[in-house]
Amino acid sequence: MMLEHVLVLSAYLFSIGIYGLITSRNMVRALMCLELILNSVNINFVTFSDIFDNRQLRGDIFSIFVIAIAAAEAAIGPAIISSIYRNRKSTRINQSNLLNK
Amino acid sequence: MFVRDQTSEILKVFALLCTVLVFIYARPYLLDRKQYAGEFYTLMIFATIGVMLLVSAGNLVMIYLGLELLTLSSYALVALNRDSSLSSEAAIKYFVLGALSSGMLLYGMSMVYGATGTLDLAQLHAAVPQSAMPHLLVFGLIFMLVGIAFKLGAAPFHMWIPDVYQGASTPVTTFIASTSKLAAFGMAWRLLETGLGDLSQHWQPMLAAVAVLSMAIGNLVAIVQTNLKRMLAYSTISHMGYLLVGLVNAGPEGYASAMFYAISYALMSTVAFGVILALARAGFECEEIADLKGLNQRSPWFAALMALAMFSLAGVPPLFGFYAKYLVLQAAIDAHMLWLALTGAVFAIIGLYYYLHVVKVMYFDKPVEGGADQSTPDTSLRVVLSINALALLVLGVYWGPLLGWCRRSFGLG
Repeated sequence: MMLEHVLVLSAYLFSIGIYGLITSRNMVRALMCLELILNSVNINFVTFSDIFDNRQLRGDIFSIFVIAIAAAEAAIGPAIISSIYRNRKSTRINQSNLLNK
Repeated sequence: MFVRDQTSEILKVFALLCTVLVFIYARPYLLDRKQYAGEFYTLMIFATIGVMLLVSAGNLVMIYLGLELLTLSSYALVALNRDSSLSSEAAIKYFVLGALSSGMLLYGMSMVYGATGTLDLAQLHAAVPQSAMPHLLVFGLIFMLVGIAFKLGAAPFHMWIPDVYQGASTPVTTFIASTSKLAAFGMAWRLLETGLGDLSQHWQPMLAAVAVLSMAIGNLVAIVQTNLKRMLAYSTISHMGYLLVGLVNAGPEGYASAMFYAISYALMSTVAFGVILALARAGFECEEIADLKGLNQRSPWFAALMALAMFSLAGVPPLFGFYAKYLVLQAAIDAHMLWLALTGAVFAIIGLYYYLHVVKVMYFDKPVEGGADQSTPDTSLRVVLSINALALLVLGVYWGPLLGWCRRSFGLG
């Protein structure tokens, strides 16, 4: 009973994250939605690990790796954004028009 | 957790070879532009470590870690050219799309973990047929296919490839085109065969559809390109379609042909981008096809090398690319998918146009003032590039040993 509820919660968070990542004009907001996506996956892993893998907790361990990688991406993302800001003085994501076709 | 079999050894050998080629080709380019910094080499070595971990993965955690090490280093490499808005824009596009696809891959992995209770690929192979939740498995498989198709650069997840190839500086593009594609093949094989082999009746039609779409979009959109790097990017998309045709076979013959194709593509693209690097000089990027006009009259040896690369990419016998395409289409016919092989053949013929267009521009157009002129005086680049290009000719005629090595690693004679 509880399993489906948690899976639905993480599916909602995943969808909100994807929607925000695709449609936000501010690049920092896009990064926040990326974190939301990765954390929804973490909820999934932890729940499955609790229900199916009580002894070895493989899902929990994978979650910790995902948290570490998310932190690394959260370091690279703003670095790229600050590089764009230095070149363009703005962080609107719909101003990217140098590369088209 | 970490698997050491023949497949991983072949892929690692060629990944390291391509990285060495990138280092040799990149040096004069970076020196000319004052970008000869330690970060370039460090990031590329980190990315190569990621490639080596990814192709040796025996566990879903290992796949994710190797993949992320490769892609995070690639994001930084694309953005390394700080003063160019083009590079920064390509980097943010790559980052957003790459992070999205990593999220999808992870979501699929979590579903597969939930359906089988294990993360180890060998245990997955055993647990998949007797899973209590087959719908969850297929659901997870679809998300994982999104991640795999993105990394390979297959349509409809291909939008990052033209932007990154054009926006990144050319040595980084060479790296992404060669080593990264070998890693993508390794990841695809590990996930789809070692992990989820029993679900092959589910992922075969999906991959076939992705392959047809990639061949179509790659070949058709490359025709209208005027930028050489962007044209090579769209041709990459079509080549990845052919690689997926080999994977669709879902048998050892298909996997061997797909690996042979991945290796051939990596070597061909190092030649193509290596010639671009050899012809670039301070203040001049040899990026547009119009820059190559009349190259035969100014620098005939490099025009010949570029022609070798173009003919090999197009799949003209007796070059390397031809036999790779032949093997892949043969694998499609063996899997009773004649329509896929015919589609591949038709798009290969359509694809001949833009490769021959480059050859025509080099040999039959008059040279212009600001175009490609003398090649770089760096001897190591010239020698290694010549060996690389002649290898396309030699391997096209003498493909036996390499093909035998690929086939043995999948258990065939």
